[in-house]
Amino acid sequence: MRHLLSTTDLDRDSAVALLDTAEAMAQTQSRTIKKLPALRGLTIVNLFFEDSTRTRISFEAAAKRLSADVINFSAKGSSVSKGESLKDTAQTLRAIGADAVVVRHPSSGAPHRLAHAGWIDTPVVNAGDGMHQHPTQALLDAFTLRRHLADGRGDLAGRHVVVVGDVLHSRVARSNVDLLATLGARVTLVAPPTLLPIGVESWRCAVTYDLDAALADDVDAVMMLRVQRERMTSGFFPSEREYARRYGLDGARVDRLADHALVLHPGPMNRGLEISAEAADSPRSTVVEQVANGVSVRMAVLYTLLAGDLAGEGDA
Amino acid sequence: MPGYLVRSVAPLGAERTDLLLRDGVVVALGRDAASQAGSDDTRIDADGLVALPGLVDLHTHLREPGREDTETVDSGTRAAAAGGFTAVHAMANTAPVADTAGVVEQVWRLGRDAGWADVRPVGAVTIGLAGERLAELGAMATSAAAVRVFSDDGKCVWDPVLMRRALEYTKAFDGVVAQHAQEPRLTVDAQMHEGVVSAEIGLTGWPAVAEEAIIARDVLLAEHVGGRLHVQHLSTAGSVEIIRWAKARGIAVTAEATPHHLLLTDELARTYDPVYKVNPPLRTAEDVAAVRAGLADGTIDVVATDHAPHAVQDKDCEWSAAAFGMTGLETCLAVVQQVMVEENAFTWADVARVLSHTPARIGRVADHGRPIAVGEPANLTLVDPAARRTIDPRVQQTASRNSPFAGRELPGEVRWTFLRGRATIADTVAVPAPSRTGAHA
Repeated sequence: MRHLLSTTDLDRDSAVALLDTAEAMAQTQSRTIKKLPALRGLTIVNLFFEDSTRTRISFEAAAKRLSADVINFSAKGSSVSKGESLKDTAQTLRAIGADAVVVRHPSSGAPHRLAHAGWIDTPVVNAGDGMHQHPTQALLDAFTLRRHLADGRGDLAGRHVVVVGDVLHSRVARSNVDLLATLGARVTLVAPPTLLPIGVESWRCAVTYDLDAALADDVDAVMMLRVQRERMTSGFFPSEREYARRYGLDGARVDRLADHALVLHPGPMNRGLEISAEAADSPRSTVVEQVANGVSVRMAVLYTLLAGDLAGEGDA
Repeated sequence: MPGYLVRSVAPLGAERTDLLLRDGVVVALGRDAASQAGSDDTRIDADGLVALPGLVDLHTHLREPGREDTETVDSGTRAAAAGGFTAVHAMANTAPVADTAGVVEQVWRLGRDAGWADVRPVGAVTIGLAGERLAELGAMATSAAAVRVFSDDGKCVWDPVLMRRALEYTKAFDGVVAQHAQEPRLTVDAQMHEGVVSAEIGLTGWPAVAEEAIIARDVLLAEHVGGRLHVQHLSTAGSVEIIRWAKARGIAVTAEATPHHLLLTDELARTYDPVYKVNPPLRTAEDVAAVRAGLADGTIDVVATDHAPHAVQDKDCEWSAAAFGMTGLETCLAVVQQVMVEENAFTWADVARVLSHTPARIGRVADHGRPIAVGEPANLTLVDPAARRTIDPRVQQTASRNSPFAGRELPGEVRWTFLRGRATIADTVAVPAPSRTGAHA
């Protein structure tokens, strides 16, 4: 694996291997000394063209726990806002000595361009690009699901995951549909028709407009997507209250789930819009656990990309 | 002045004959050509070559005035000559916009001075392409540039009242309104065709309906006021259907398709390489098939390049930051040969129809798109259909490098182009006009 740009880059075995590596990383994180020497001497650049405190600090923690040096580059207030191109920024970072670039960009495909345009020759990790992909989010979601639903081993064959919300604008939804399907899970998308992309029928999942019908169908996990409030003013739905009534996960809907079923949310949550406080704070909610798992998964990704040759030479 | 004796050439791919070109016209055909040729006439062994009337492009962007870093009238028309064209229409979205008699005359003169091809400036429909008030269409029509094609290309004349007025007003001087059909509200931030691929790769969609809704409205407006409408770069199967319906109704509408919409599909966007970013966007394989069928049955009247040169930095970036458009003058004939002639949908006479006769008629371009006959202007191109080339933008005549066909093998090669009897391209080599060589000396 040279880059991680999309969950479609992963077949079942490589996805399971990444999750297994993340499990091994997670074991080390319960020790008093969490730091591993694996990436000592390497420099990882977090190149963030979009605000994202959570994802950036998660990657930063992952890199540091592998003993890599980390440079955080935020596009705001930098030369980028003065019109420097993505190409020049990338080449500058390469010249500084980056061994890997973790990139978040508002334009779909920007990480793909970084990896393939011939500008730089370092591994590229996609930390979220436009409405395209957010592969480490999908991996941490799968990791969380696997721990609860498959004893932290193998794949998610036969499990049913319902993904609810703004699918149209969501890179989390795209990454998750691809990865969960690859791992053998059954996926159902639920959204108002305005928040589903034209062309969704080609995806490896079922699609419905009816949340209650989807939740009544042997659900193992419900994944709620963040809905941006400005979507309402753009006419995607009439009001917050109507959205919450039809597509929000509230206490009553959670109560109808099977006992083992989980509630996931990538954060940050809009309490009262797509998820009620009761649902968010219920014991089935894995929201906080997902954050912790994010560090383990990102450690596994960086380790696999940068120390790939060492992988297999004993456990981390 | 000595002329050219073209030996054993196949006009429109028909039986081989000889042509004698002298003093800007075809002076003899067949046996007469050889017998009338003098010793100082240049002899061209054209065995295996097809002669076509000089090609006429209804849709190019020559970028001058304003973006001479990407193309000039000189470099753009040199590219045109290399592609077999003897007349090109230059779109109005320059800086300043070609919305006055002054600007269109400037562009026209630059073309005349360069001497590679006749430049027919297109006048803006509205002042500054702003879509608010009609530009002085009459002044541009009566200027030295004799503008007959009016377009806000790059932007849609969206206001239905303004479009109605433009279709009406241009009747006074036999003008045609060439519409860039794009409903603006349905295409806010649009990046590529809206469909299966856009859903997967997360780029904002440009739905087919945004093109079709405007075409449907415009054909009805043209019917109502009796004006002449030309639909630019038609790209969807639905658009073909609407044009077919309108023509059956007797509405005065013509339509063009670009080479890229005849060959390339939205699957290429998966590379995220902005060389494939164009407006209207590359569509699906089904749309490509429908556009080809529409061209084959005459629903689509002409092929036009929408040649759109761009600076390197405007394509060497992430997709959404990149400019729309691709070059096309030097690959147009090759694409038409591949997708139409080699698929047995077209004869060379059909090629002459869609790339010369009909575009000249739509644009009211005198002396172009004429038959290959004695007494006609010697605007001709000689193509070797057996040649195969791998497209390399670095060796093209255009000043820009954004060809979507780079690295592709395409059939056919333009060997000679004659503008009023002067070889602008001589055995694939571009030959500047004598006045230009003097000027540069």
